[in-house]
Amino acid sequence: MNNINRREAIKSFVLMMGGTMVGANVILTGCAPEDRIEDLDFSEKDLAYMDEIGEAIIPATDIPGAKAAGIGGFMAMMVKDTYDREQQETFLKGLNETKSRFKDNNDKAFMDASVEERTAFLNKLKKEANEGFYEDEDIPKYIGMFQDLTLLGYFTSEIGASQALRFVETPGRYDPCIDYKKGDRAWAI
Amino acid sequence: MADQSYDAIVVGSGISGGWAAKELTEKGLKVLLLERGPMVEHVKDYKNATKAPWEIPHRGRRTVEMLENHPNLRRDYVLNELNLDWWAHESDSPYIEKKPFTWFRGYQLGGRSLLWGRQSYRLGDIDFEANAKQGIAVDWPVRYKDLAPWYSYVEKFAGIAGNRDGLPELPDGEFMPAMPFNCVETDVAKRIKDKFGGARHMIHARVANITQPLPGRPGCQYRNKCSLGCPFGGYFSTQASTLPAAEATGNLTIRPWSIVHKLIYDKDSKRATGVEIVDGEDESVHEYNAKIIFLCASAINTASILMRSATDVWPDGLGSSSGELGNNVMDHHFRLGANGTVDGYEDKYYFGRRPGGFYIPRFRNLGNEKRDYVRGFGYQGGASRSGWSRNVAELQFGPEMKNLLTEPGPWSIGMTAFGEILPYHDNKITLSKTEKDKWGMYVLEMDCEIRENENKMRVDMMNDAAEMLEAAGVKNVSTYDNGYTFGQGIHEMGTARMGRDPKTSVLNGNNQVWDAKNVFVTDGAAMTSAAAQNPSLTYMALTARAADFAVNELKRRNL
Repeated sequence: MNNINRREAIKSFVLMMGGTMVGANVILTGCAPEDRIEDLDFSEKDLAYMDEIGEAIIPATDIPGAKAAGIGGFMAMMVKDTYDREQQETFLKGLNETKSRFKDNNDKAFMDASVEERTAFLNKLKKEANEGFYEDEDIPKYIGMFQDLTLLGYFTSEIGASQALRFVETPGRYDPCIDYKKGDRAWAI
Repeated sequence: MADQSYDAIVVGSGISGGWAAKELTEKGLKVLLLERGPMVEHVKDYKNATKAPWEIPHRGRRTVEMLENHPNLRRDYVLNELNLDWWAHESDSPYIEKKPFTWFRGYQLGGRSLLWGRQSYRLGDIDFEANAKQGIAVDWPVRYKDLAPWYSYVEKFAGIAGNRDGLPELPDGEFMPAMPFNCVETDVAKRIKDKFGGARHMIHARVANITQPLPGRPGCQYRNKCSLGCPFGGYFSTQASTLPAAEATGNLTIRPWSIVHKLIYDKDSKRATGVEIVDGEDESVHEYNAKIIFLCASAINTASILMRSATDVWPDGLGSSSGELGNNVMDHHFRLGANGTVDGYEDKYYFGRRPGGFYIPRFRNLGNEKRDYVRGFGYQGGASRSGWSRNVAELQFGPEMKNLLTEPGPWSIGMTAFGEILPYHDNKITLSKTEKDKWGMYVLEMDCEIRENENKMRVDMMNDAAEMLEAAGVKNVSTYDNGYTFGQGIHEMGTARMGRDPKTSVLNGNNQVWDAKNVFVTDGAAMTSAAAQNPSLTYMALTARAADFAVNELKRRNL
């Protein structure tokens, strides 16, 4: 079965078991090579760069975006703590390649570009990668990592959960079938 | 020389042990409750229960360190940074897998009552009669009518939300109002009823979450964070329910960090006189005496305590004279089913996070139907609208995706099957003769597997789920089978089964060990067959019934 269905199946199961799953991907990484890069660390510059990658994926609109939610620091922690060596290497390769590819493509540095330019570039890269434009299979992988960590970090952040979504810590009741109109925000968690 | 004497000792503080402590103390006995792990205080020790998502560092994901430290726990969804303290330290308490066996253990006060799935179903006569009718294993020494009043008794106290559905295959109980279906579930249930001519029923899950207050328990707040401990006493756990009742009697002593090494057996009186424990913190050894002992350490550990007891009389331990101690291990096999998407209902949503969904009771091999396997299976499931984690592979990054993901996505519905495993004598656990744990006790060797009957059943378990969803108009229906290893159902049963004959069973019809009548086993070890239903409610009923019997026997001076 494909991933979305697995994920939905697992989610519905966790839901009824009373689990508190935040991101469903956790279950899918059943294999776990313990080997990690020792002393992996990210500089302030790295964090600022990752902030902007996240912001290009989830930019500020009328609601603050991923950068305001501290996405760079979140990504760094997740890569350090939850990725194995192979995943860490793919992620780091993604950071470096994205920087150089952007420069080749846009004739300016990623950090000097506008959010719109960065978003457009990442979309182009994602589209090309999904269409098999590149032989290197790492490209769709690290684009997927950027997307995954940004969405997880953003929608579970205080800004994401309580501004982009509706966060109700203690609902106190269950209304099984209420009216919904387009534009109403989804419940957080 | 014993440290102290009590009327009764209860080993284990989970669902069964909590009930034993409550019943025995309320009947006036001085009870020592032994728990192998640390104290967990109601509310105070639920340290992640009220945290917001952003206060959970990895947002529920697994760190590499967690995976390293929990080689068994990581095999399933239960490994989670939010309640990591409530699972056994695997390196301290290893076990040997002669065949793959996944053992999820809760070593703290309350045991797995803090962590359980809370699905609560009665077994019925089709279940209690099945072994006898089919000539499988041995007959249960009880029938539904023997347990029915005790089911009622425990349901009223524990608080079970559910509907009275009037199905002979799944007896009704004493229920609080059910947690309602959402719009999609309501329609799917109706369509299944219509399409299958009333032969298959999608009913409300019966869950030990209270929809009305009980003393000291405000009730479910629809947070769906049960497995972190509930500050509202929203679900049944030892801490929320049985322990406060037991403590209120003034008759209860709790001793945490008490790992029971063995029962002390007196061969002249053919009784156990007490227990020997090893302190889990300082490794000191203590003895406690009592008139009666309730073993409620969960099926696997209860059997291992018996195996370590009275070995001077029976080399394989107390209760081994039958040749059945540690045999007939059962669980529920699962991790397969189907799911799909539901068109429409875009103008419908729900409020609150309901800790339950729907249940489809067994419908196979009822009446005259004969499949190519015996027994059957049930389903648990639910429908919901997807959230921000839905697949957005084709979506463009930027404001458009952001806005889209702030709204709920399409509806989906899924169900997971839980099937009965037959009691096979050859599915067994034994004590290693060489390997020991941190406290010098021989570790267990697990030698269990599902067999032809279960594997044939799994074909139906998967296909029937898809068939029902398709019949109900669900789109993009796909089946899944994520594979099953023994133990993953976290419903270990059968290691000291009840029966009618001491030659073929470890316990009699009142849960007394045939070879030591003042020793009672009332956890999953006692189960003679597994049925397809989640078993904990049956342990509660067996425990309350056995406690009543034990106290009456004490009064009559028969124990």
